[in-house]
Amino acid sequence: MDTRSSFHNSIEELQADVLKMGTLVEEAIYQAVKSLAKMDVKLAAEVVAQDDKIDEMTISIEEKCLRLIALQQPMAGDLRVIGMALKIATDLERIADHAVDIAKTTVRLSGETLVKPLIDIPRMADMAKDMLRESLTAYVERNVERAEALADKDDAVDKLYSTIFEEIIELMGTDRSTNRQLTHLLMVARYLERVADRATNIGEWVIYMVNGKRKDLNL
Amino acid sequence: MNSVDIDDVQKKIQVEKINLFYGQNQALYDIDLQVKPNTVAALIGPSGCGKSTFLRTLNRMNDLIEGVTITGNVYVDGENIYEPNTDIVFLRKRVGMVFQRPNPFPMSVYDNIAYGPRIHGIKKKAVLDEIVEKSLIQAVLWDEVKDRLHKSAMSLSGGQQQRLCIGRLLAVEPDVVLMDEPTSALDPISTLKIEELTQSLKERYTIIIVTHNMQQAARISDETFFFLNGYLIESGDTDRIFTAPKDPRTEDYITGRFG
Repeated sequence: MDTRSSFHNSIEELQADVLKMGTLVEEAIYQAVKSLAKMDVKLAAEVVAQDDKIDEMTISIEEKCLRLIALQQPMAGDLRVIGMALKIATDLERIADHAVDIAKTTVRLSGETLVKPLIDIPRMADMAKDMLRESLTAYVERNVERAEALADKDDAVDKLYSTIFEEIIELMGTDRSTNRQLTHLLMVARYLERVADRATNIGEWVIYMVNGKRKDLNL
Repeated sequence: MNSVDIDDVQKKIQVEKINLFYGQNQALYDIDLQVKPNTVAALIGPSGCGKSTFLRTLNRMNDLIEGVTITGNVYVDGENIYEPNTDIVFLRKRVGMVFQRPNPFPMSVYDNIAYGPRIHGIKKKAVLDEIVEKSLIQAVLWDEVKDRLHKSAMSLSGGQQQRLCIGRLLAVEPDVVLMDEPTSALDPISTLKIEELTQSLKERYTIIIVTHNMQQAARISDETFFFLNGYLIESGDTDRIFTAPKDPRTEDYITGRFG
């Protein structure tokens, strides 16, 4: 018999909040990259506006965690769920910030024609977004294997980042206006690489939440 | 120093395969454990799990209960206390016990503390004075009672009485202090004082505490031992037991999924 069912219900709610936040963040990344590929400034502005809501969710999750720690003195698995909710919310909030960074890049480059159509960056965005989704699925399913599989996916993203990096360096020339745009695109690639790293972090927190073991997935 | 000596230093108490029966009913099953010197060990588990019964095997308090049979060995500093020629009075001086409810003698504060040393033959007032002061300081009670040493111990508050009982036990210079839910009858502030006290006492003594309060076990102990239905289910560093226990039964108990 569960002698702390109202406390355990609160933990379920907390996990639902984290998942809800994750879904919003995933959408933010998707829309940010879309705004860039289509040079859609209006969409970019929506991504920026949406970030306030994500920040509010972060604060709400933090407050719920601290309240549960203060009032319920959680232990063992319950404690790990709450502690990791704090960590995951932080990573999600940073991923959302990168979505804003990318959307702001759209605004900065508005009116310009892209040096070449974006191919690798949207690909990288898909991979990073897929990793974020996988990390959230692992979270919901408490699935360690799924979380561990993020390590390989992160390697693939890192590789693509190197490719993009080299390509952009090659494209850089004496034209100052092109260099400016290329530098912005390089930074977008860097943001996406960081998104993948944060998704990998979430995988690590899921593993610790499930079995109490530390595993470094970002090697 | 050879390796055997090093091992002995690491084990203030070593318990080997203790089985205990109340008549036909078995209450403890094959308990094996070790307690390191100068640490606090917490015994946790639901009511009836055997933790208090086990605690009492460590200074042979169960000998006083009719119909109890015990097999197995308990070593204190490498000496088997279940050897037939064990001096029980001396054992209980070495391994003292604090109970759930404070049980001061109906005499003065001073006489409560001096009681044990007097029984052990100390008569000189100056020596007794020194023991009384030292014991009360160690029990963190001195400042509160130094001006009323000759007043009745019964006039003290519950929390003060419990610290008096700890001081009374320290006066005979034990090695090990057993505590059986020492704060269950105390208010929160008195409870915190006893908890603080365990932290200063472990510099000199080894403490084993039975507690129903898991936060208390988490706050004060170095190692935690989880008992269930007469079995020792899991033991380990307290920080690990309360963050990542290995056995699902430990997890269920400390997260309140059964009770």
